[in-house]
Amino acid sequence: MRRSVLTLSLTVVAAAGLLLGCGSSSTPAASSSKPSAPGSSSASVSGTVNVFAAASLKEAFTQLGNQFEAAHPGAKVVFNFGPSSGLATQINQGAPADVFASASTKNMSQVVDGGQATSPSDFASNVMEIAVPVKNPAGITALSDLARSGVKVALCQAAVPCGATAAKVFTNAKLTVTPVTQEVDVKAVLTKVTLGEVDAGVVYVTDVRAAGAKVKGIEIPADVNASTKYPIATLTKAPNKATAQAFTDYVLSAEGASVLTAAGFAKP
Amino acid sequence: MLGRSPPGGRDKRARAAAARGAIPWPLTIPALLAALFLLVPLAGLLVRAPWVGLPGILADSQVRQALRLSLVCASAATAVSLAVGVPLAWVLARSRARGISVLRALVTLPLVLPPVVGGVALLLAFGRQGILGRLLDEWTGITLPFTTAGVIIAETFVAMPFLVITVEGAFRAADRGFEEAAATLGASRLTVFRTVTLPLIGPSLLAGTVLCWARALGEFGATITFAGNFPGRTQTMPLAVYLALESDPEAAVALSLVLLVVSIVVLVGLRDRWLNVGPAA
Repeated sequence: MRRSVLTLSLTVVAAAGLLLGCGSSSTPAASSSKPSAPGSSSASVSGTVNVFAAASLKEAFTQLGNQFEAAHPGAKVVFNFGPSSGLATQINQGAPADVFASASTKNMSQVVDGGQATSPSDFASNVMEIAVPVKNPAGITALSDLARSGVKVALCQAAVPCGATAAKVFTNAKLTVTPVTQEVDVKAVLTKVTLGEVDAGVVYVTDVRAAGAKVKGIEIPADVNASTKYPIATLTKAPNKATAQAFTDYVLSAEGASVLTAAGFAKP
Repeated sequence: MLGRSPPGGRDKRARAAAARGAIPWPLTIPALLAALFLLVPLAGLLVRAPWVGLPGILADSQVRQALRLSLVCASAATAVSLAVGVPLAWVLARSRARGISVLRALVTLPLVLPPVVGGVALLLAFGRQGILGRLLDEWTGITLPFTTAGVIIAETFVAMPFLVITVEGAFRAADRGFEEAAATLGASRLTVFRTVTLPLIGPSLLAGTVLCWARALGEFGATITFAGNFPGRTQTMPLAVYLALESDPEAAVALSLVLLVVSIVVLVGLRDRWLNVGPAA
């Protein structure tokens, strides 16, 4: 009983400390029986935190993880990137995760309904873009080219956020696009494009930016494009609650927002 | 005499017990643990299956498509494996050329290669940018990834070595005296192969074929990497189960149950011949 009160107070203090921009000191880890004053919050933020995050967050979150570890020596962030729907199922089945960042509200609701999270917060949003191999063998220039017969398109599976959002884009544009493959997550679609196995794939703008010179991006007009919101939550059964909450707060902070914006995410 | 067994009595009792089929007690605990380890997951599948909603799930066209595709592709992969794998096994068993042992090691590599690695390798060889696939695309416009043929190729790649290994062992163990006798009686080489050699390796051939078929049916990693995933064309049962897990776990359990029943039917139907693997039934 006492420990949970202390953990809660440590969490609040750690969050306050982070928000105040402190946390670069490397004080040796104090024993958890003393509440720490604001400013030495890094003592309570340690250990490993397992973050389950949508595949599209790979580059941005890896950078955030490195920055978090640099600010909190003793803390280690371990990522599990994958399709949000698959991650939500894993969490509900009892996977040992501390934080969940989903690429859609729907998959976060799965986790909330499963009793594994309580109050998620939106931290970013994303829109879709067409990715084609650098040589663009099928000569894709616009969204309507994807509906041309003979063009090989890779999409995400419909249950995955990027697949659902791509479907919305096609509905908005009144196009019927039949893919040759429905991949497990957005990075798998991107791989098929970079390997040149398909003529085009519909991925997030952040993925095209992250792929750099390996793919060419073709914009989708804003009037037909669809967006998806990214919520994040610390899980109720998180093994390392304090550090987990610290990471969640870091993502939601101004510093986190600047990394996400630089990667191409939009504000929630 | 009271209190003393006759000398050698314990050995005699142990031999008599073994003759009765009694299991030595130090083996029972590990054996029981192994059996439980293999059976409890199957029991879990049966216990947690959504029996009430099962007919509805199985009537879904996507499920039926996946099942039909799985059965067709596994059978096709087995047919291809038989057509080219048995000759390969013959060559590996009987050829005296140098480097045969190296060839044997290489062609059984897919046995130990992780299937996803196999899928990547297939993409690099037969993909649109692959070393052979590029030529195929340029000359004929045919590409193999994302087609049903691609599924069959992926399954053949992982399953054929099972057939080759099993049959090669049988060819080696087959008594050549029978073949030589048939040849001296005037039979042509093809007749000898057809009427003497094949029946001799029959049980092993059947066991290898079943193994090959079962491996092809269950293939996932190479299929999803090389052939992708599209319902009706490349979405086999294992892929359907994996994807159903993300959105509808109950459907995933139902599909797993179907695969389990299919596997049991095949194994039970061939159990006697399965157990009698060897040159002579």
